[in-house]
Amino acid sequence: MTDVTVRPVVDGRLGTSALRPDGLAKTQGTFAFSGDLSADGMLWGATLRSPHPFARIRSIDLSGAWQIAGVAAVVTADDVPGKPTYGLISADQPVFARDVVRYAGEPVAAVAGDHPETCRRALAAIRVDYEVLTPLVDPELAIAGAEPIHPDGNILRHQRIVRGDQDLVGEVVVEGTYEIGMQDQAFLGLEAALAIPDPGGAGVELFVATQWLHEDLGQIAACLDLPADRVRLTLGGVGGAFGAREDISLQVHTCLLALRTGRPVRIAYSREESFYGHVHRHPARIWMRHHATRDGRLQRVEARFVLDGGAYASTSSAVLVNAITHAQGPYVCDSATVEGFATRTNNLPCGAMRGFGVVQACFAHEGQMDRLAEACGLDPVEIRLRNAMRTGDRLITGQVIADVAPVAECIRATAALPLPDEPVGGRDGDPLRLPGGAGLTADVGHIRRGIGWGVSIKNLMYSEGFDDFSTARCRLADGSVTLKFATAEVGQGFVTLAPQIARTVLGVERAVCEPIDTTIGSAGSTSASRQTWMSGGAVLGACRAVAEQVVAHAAQSWGVSTAEVELVDGVLTSPDGRQATVGELSAGRVFEATFEHHHPPTEDLDEDGQGNCHTAFAFVAHRAVVDVDVELGLVKVVQIATAQDVGRALNPLSVRGQIEGGIAQGVGLAVMEEIVQTDGRVRNASFTDYLLPTMLDMPEVVAELIEIPEPRSPLGAKGVGEPPCISSTPAVLAAIRDATGKDLRRVPVRPFDIAL
Amino acid sequence: MSVVVADSLEQALDALAAAPHATVLAGGTDVMVELNLGHRRTDAVVAVARVPELCSWTYDARRATVRLGAAVRYAEIHADPLAAWLPALAQAGRTVGSPQIRAAATVGGNLATSSPAGDGITVLAALDATVHLVSSAGRRDVPVGQFTVGPKRNVLAPGELIEAITVPVARGWQGFSKVGVRNAMVIATANACLAVDEPAGSVALALGSVGPVILRCPEAEAIAAAQCDVAARRASPATVAAFAEAAMAAARPIDDHRSTAAYRRHAVRVMAGRLLRRAMPHE
Ligand SMILES: Cc1cc2nc3c(=O)[nH]c(=O)nc-3n(C[C@H](O)[C@H](O)[C@H](O)COP(=O)(O)OP(=O)(O)OC[C@H]3O[C@@H](n4cnc5c(N)ncnc54)[C@H](O)[C@@H]3O)c2cc1C
Repeated sequence: MTDVTVRPVVDGRLGTSALRPDGLAKTQGTFAFSGDLSADGMLWGATLRSPHPFARIRSIDLSGAWQIAGVAAVVTADDVPGKPTYGLISADQPVFARDVVRYAGEPVAAVAGDHPETCRRALAAIRVDYEVLTPLVDPELAIAGAEPIHPDGNILRHQRIVRGDQDLVGEVVVEGTYEIGMQDQAFLGLEAALAIPDPGGAGVELFVATQWLHEDLGQIAACLDLPADRVRLTLGGVGGAFGAREDISLQVHTCLLALRTGRPVRIAYSREESFYGHVHRHPARIWMRHHATRDGRLQRVEARFVLDGGAYASTSSAVLVNAITHAQGPYVCDSATVEGFATRTNNLPCGAMRGFGVVQACFAHEGQMDRLAEACGLDPVEIRLRNAMRTGDRLITGQVIADVAPVAECIRATAALPLPDEPVGGRDGDPLRLPGGAGLTADVGHIRRGIGWGVSIKNLMYSEGFDDFSTARCRLADGSVTLKFATAEVGQGFVTLAPQIARTVLGVERAVCEPIDTTIGSAGSTSASRQTWMSGGAVLGACRAVAEQVVAHAAQSWGVSTAEVELVDGVLTSPDGRQATVGELSAGRVFEATFEHHHPPTEDLDEDGQGNCHTAFAFVAHRAVVDVDVELGLVKVVQIATAQDVGRALNPLSVRGQIEGGIAQGVGLAVMEEIVQTDGRVRNASFTDYLLPTMLDMPEVVAELIEIPEPRSPLGAKGVGEPPCISSTPAVLAAIRDATGKDLRRVPVRPFDIAL
Repeated sequence: MSVVVADSLEQALDALAAAPHATVLAGGTDVMVELNLGHRRTDAVVAVARVPELCSWTYDARRATVRLGAAVRYAEIHADPLAAWLPALAQAGRTVGSPQIRAAATVGGNLATSSPAGDGITVLAALDATVHLVSSAGRRDVPVGQFTVGPKRNVLAPGELIEAITVPVARGWQGFSKVGVRNAMVIATANACLAVDEPAGSVALALGSVGPVILRCPEAEAIAAAQCDVAARRASPATVAAFAEAAMAAARPIDDHRSTAAYRRHAVRVMAGRLLRRAMPHE
């Protein structure tokens, strides 16, 4: 006979791999993404975009569009009732271009009609008379003082960091220039929204896939000249975000058309339009010079960063600060001389993407660490261990790292993970495992294997004085918990985590999330690896406040003081042994609390780039193993091993999902993902030519979670979303350098970079 | 818009006779992309994917040929028994898109699209396949090398269909190679097919994505015929190198957003050399 164990606590608490509530629907295809939205009497909207990267608009003739049967509205800049521009940090981007277009793909007009085909015809019938100008596409020319292409000028931000000994010259000095191509977030769920106007046009309701409902709301209300309480947003099903849904794309257009026509309007982008409709990862050119002692101790970093922000500001200034403030990497370094520019050009606008500036910095500093290792005769692991930063060390901004900082632990744990047991050239003679895959280009004898490293530090949450708080409400009634928040669920799993928190704090089984909308305070953006910390903190605070109310209620009914009542795993106990469950105590009663979580304030950088500008940090190490067909320049990434500083794995399955997905994105940037532009025109706005890794390109991932609870984090957890895609890219490049002996300093690496 | 989903060849040809400029729809993996992107407009469609005569194939043991109906799918071609008779076409078929695409994509559609990067066409060119065309006016045969006349241009007349393609069964080692930036589901940066005809003592080489149409490499083929011991599967390193150089010289690539002409030439040299070495493993 075996003992029957009575499970004392409910399932699905923190630390378990609770399953996503929407997981089954997503795998079965029944989940409603925002592209699936519709409403009775709905019209379709579509956007006319500039074919030119830079041109003056002489005139726009809309008469042709109006003549097409079924067209209900045609709008341009003249029809925007409120603020003509929007933007996350500075509002420099027009809702519709008025006098001038600054990138190929910029919206010029929009139409609403009874059918997508009607809209297509209407767009084709609009005559825009352009005076085509020579585009500014070289960021160096923008810095050198090219004629401004925007009233705000061509420099989106210029910031330097000066710290320590400015004359120091190391015993060992290495330098290099690194280039990063423009990556696309390439989410699968294309931009889509449905706007429903209030009767009489007094307000509007928007269902949209976004990362930050309240920020959208503020920008939409300003452009539409509506009071903020007349604009309501509900999150549509989000099919991926990665930063591309932080900026306004179709939000204002959709609402404007709905208000104009008095009917629901839906806009949905095609894949091609999506490439024009959202911001991308900044392409960058970074020069670095590292000074070190003969035994490989880093003393000084000199660097110059040029990030091309494209036509409009978006978050470029924050991306730049992230990049330059992470120039040293996760290494101790006392002196720095860093200069950074974010430029405005007539290229596609760039803004947030997973890693947010640190991807670019890391690619450069990790290339440098390998150079330094070589110059000092050390191996790549040893040089990194020797310089690994710890809690209490300082950034080149002067900021002290107050967080758990297990850099050396991450490196050692990664190094201890097994190398692939797959031999060079793959197992069982399966040619699909070779570089070139299905193309059957290589035989085993053509392949060389390489190993490379990447280690990174990433800031969590927003920086430079921004109070990106989050709000949540917990309501307990009849033994079940309902949670309310405006945290955008973009796939990261907050809808799984929030109930886990409630079940842990209150010990109840039933915990569900209400619709995600703007009827509660802001949650801040689902970005910067921040929601587990920030919205997790808000849900925790709200649940704890409810727990206190329940305890107070029990104390009162038992005639004891609240301090005497214990709440453990959903059971309340009095000193004299009386017990009741949270379920029993909440029968026929409602307990409710709302909580705002704020992180400690941060500061702006001063002129010398000094200041406590960041909130918190996470660390990760990656080791890549690649097989390379050197002669053809084709690569197969065989394995990525990683150990990541996660604080506490609140849902280990979710954490591993983030790690694998982030690595897929990091590998993509390393070997294939790039938006190619020539003279400001995109050459590959499709998945035919913008290549994402397939299953055959995705390496095996072996991951170890370094769990040292972070005392500064409400739940002990650190954000885990961004780190996986940061140092995986330089690790892959280092592995390719190792296999080929070639001095490769650009991602994505192209076959001709290796072969020719 | 009129749509005829033909159940027989006759019905398809009648429909085309009535509307000679109708869009022929087979697997739709090229047509639907063009329509959805607005690159092609149409008001009449004749769907041929269900025409039994076009979906079937026959093996002629006496002539040692396979006659592939135009609407035979790549999913079928890259499996046995066809793969055993037509190994290079099976390899090329395996590289076309993803499993979903290969379940729909037809060899006739690949040929009729006449893209310089059409993977199946490179193999058909190396094997000197014969294209059988049919219309309500009658039938004609065209060697595959004369079928395509430029990028996305071919000799198909309005109202005319590809009925079938006759391909000789392998008479020696044959293989296909394709360079792309991804390990699967990628448009060829360059591709190549080498086929040995043992009884004839000859080697054929065709190249794709390195010219306006699929190219054959007569000089390389002549070097191989003169210098390889086809029966013993033997070629000297010098022969392999000369063959590869001659192949590269035959390529006429361009720079585009997918790659550079210089890399494409290089890739042709490497692929041609490796294919010949696979065919002739002995030095
Ligand atoms: C995601 C994706 C990946 C792809 N990858 C590859 C690849 O790797 N390599 C490659 O070569 N191609 C690739 N293609 C292109 C396409 O799949 C192939 O060209 C395919 O073989 C076309 O066949 P189909 O039956 O789908 O043709 P359809 O799209 O139905 O037709 C293509 C053209 O042929 C004409 N046509 C079709 N059948 C006949 C006939 N019997 N007689 C006369 N005209 C006819 C049509 O009118 C049309 O002009 C890819 C396509 C997609 C969408």
